[in-house]
Amino acid sequence: MRDLRKTFRRRDRKAGRFARKRAWPALDDVTFTMARGECVAILGQNGSGKSTLVRLLSTLLIDDGGEARIFGHDVDKDASAIRRLVNRVSVEASFFKKMSASENLSYAARFYGMGPNQTRTAIPEILGRVGFPPDRRGEAMENLSRGMQQKVALARALLTSPVLLLLDEPTTGLDPRSKLEVQEFIRQVRAEHDATILLCTHDMAEAETLADRVGILDRGRLLFLEPVADVKRRFGVETLEQAFFAATGREFVAEEGDSNDDDEYREVFG
Amino acid sequence: MSSGVGSTEPPRSGGLGFAGAGAGRFALETRNQLVGLFGIVERNVYLTKRYFLWDVAFMVWTIANTLTIVFIARAIPGITAAEENTAATVLLVGATIWAFLGIIFEFMTETVAWERWEGTIEYTFMAPLSRLVHLFGQGAYAVLYGLIRATILFFVVAAFIGIHAPEANYAAALGLLALASLSFIGVGIMTSVLPLISPEKGAQLGFVCQGVMLVVSGVYYPVSVMPEWMQWISKFSPATYALRGCRASIIHGTGMVWADVWPLLIIAVLATPIGLAVFKVGERHAKRHGKLKRSG
Repeated sequence: MRDLRKTFRRRDRKAGRFARKRAWPALDDVTFTMARGECVAILGQNGSGKSTLVRLLSTLLIDDGGEARIFGHDVDKDASAIRRLVNRVSVEASFFKKMSASENLSYAARFYGMGPNQTRTAIPEILGRVGFPPDRRGEAMENLSRGMQQKVALARALLTSPVLLLLDEPTTGLDPRSKLEVQEFIRQVRAEHDATILLCTHDMAEAETLADRVGILDRGRLLFLEPVADVKRRFGVETLEQAFFAATGREFVAEEGDSNDDDEYREVFG
Repeated sequence: MSSGVGSTEPPRSGGLGFAGAGAGRFALETRNQLVGLFGIVERNVYLTKRYFLWDVAFMVWTIANTLTIVFIARAIPGITAAEENTAATVLLVGATIWAFLGIIFEFMTETVAWERWEGTIEYTFMAPLSRLVHLFGQGAYAVLYGLIRATILFFVVAAFIGIHAPEANYAAALGLLALASLSFIGVGIMTSVLPLISPEKGAQLGFVCQGVMLVVSGVYYPVSVMPEWMQWISKFSPATYALRGCRASIIHGTGMVWADVWPLLIIAVLATPIGLAVFKVGERHAKRHGKLKRSG
């Protein structure tokens, strides 16, 4: 990824309905590379540009400049090739709520060419791996807890065998037990396969335990991307929170909830 | 554990790394796209099952609404019983095709809106499914579902009112409707982009398109009663030929008349590529402006 830029034009809500739109830079010349099999964590508060980064790499946004390549494919020009290589887990589980876990997974798997013969065995297997109770596979998603739904979201992402897994705050809003279970599963995936993982989070502890390198994205700018030990050494601090303060001059305030980018600018520029 | 599940290797079924010749890759890709199309239809079957009672209620409402229209034929003064029967059939065909077209437009226009509402839109649009297959799958289910509902509606209302159609050629009417469906899907693809561009007003604009199409197509009256400029517009609406052909087939037993078939064929051939091109422009606009996202 080199000099990646994305700017949204939005009306400042505080300036009123008829105020002129102005540019809100969500990503500002972001440059970094990831090695295959590496887990990189991008830390940032709500509004820092994490979700914009994930959505750009998911081919859901078109950048305004710079370039992003995944295993040699340009995310804009070669989007169809990218789509076979990438999957994601976002902060919202995002399912058809009246459909069951199995039905939702079937729906997702079909898009990747997995027919009924494949999913008949693959879905129970992957749900078993994420610790989803077999007797609840047929239950509507709306009846499942947030933690359960997030496990199904992980299963959906892994079912299609992505080469690059994008995790956008996968444990936000989960209870401590579910959070640990999801983190443990991410560790397992890394250990058993050469998964390349981009983890965007505002959970410093999660980033520290899961990632090989940690970066801080602040107001669209990537301040650094280094192993945790190097970050602490660079700023002469003991924790990532302290490193954030040293790098930005502000306290790190992690906010729970939806980090949708279109809402992000209010925190960035509010 | 079978290979592939949870693996981070490129997907075996996806074609990447597939060592075969170009034809083999094409065959594999075609197979994958067809599986994707099946997935869209399968999902809609799941949703129809889950919302079955809603469908029953909606069906009852549609029948009641159609009855209010068809009973108008009974109120026309000074006509014979045969003329009343013809008038009732004309109205019933119009109401049935309105209902059929309404379902296709609803499904197509809501393609984006449903996924946005459920929150799955980002997952669907980042999947390696061609947009044509995605939208055509939605249209195919809409046509199947719409045909079932339209058939039930037609025969229930016909039985209730006591319409006689001894010369009816239902096969020809169904054939014309199937042919018109290809055009309706194409036009529906064009309108389905509206919620992508305007998340709040797009679906409503789709219904405006549906309404305009039916007004100019002579849904309850002959096209000849409209002003000339509206008659000119009606030439471009597939519903004009579907309504005219279906009425002739059911009332007079006419088969598929070439005068109705060729315009439907031309519109069908043009509508889907144009619809797809419009959708792609809209999708790119949405990606540039960050509108391809869930709501709430």
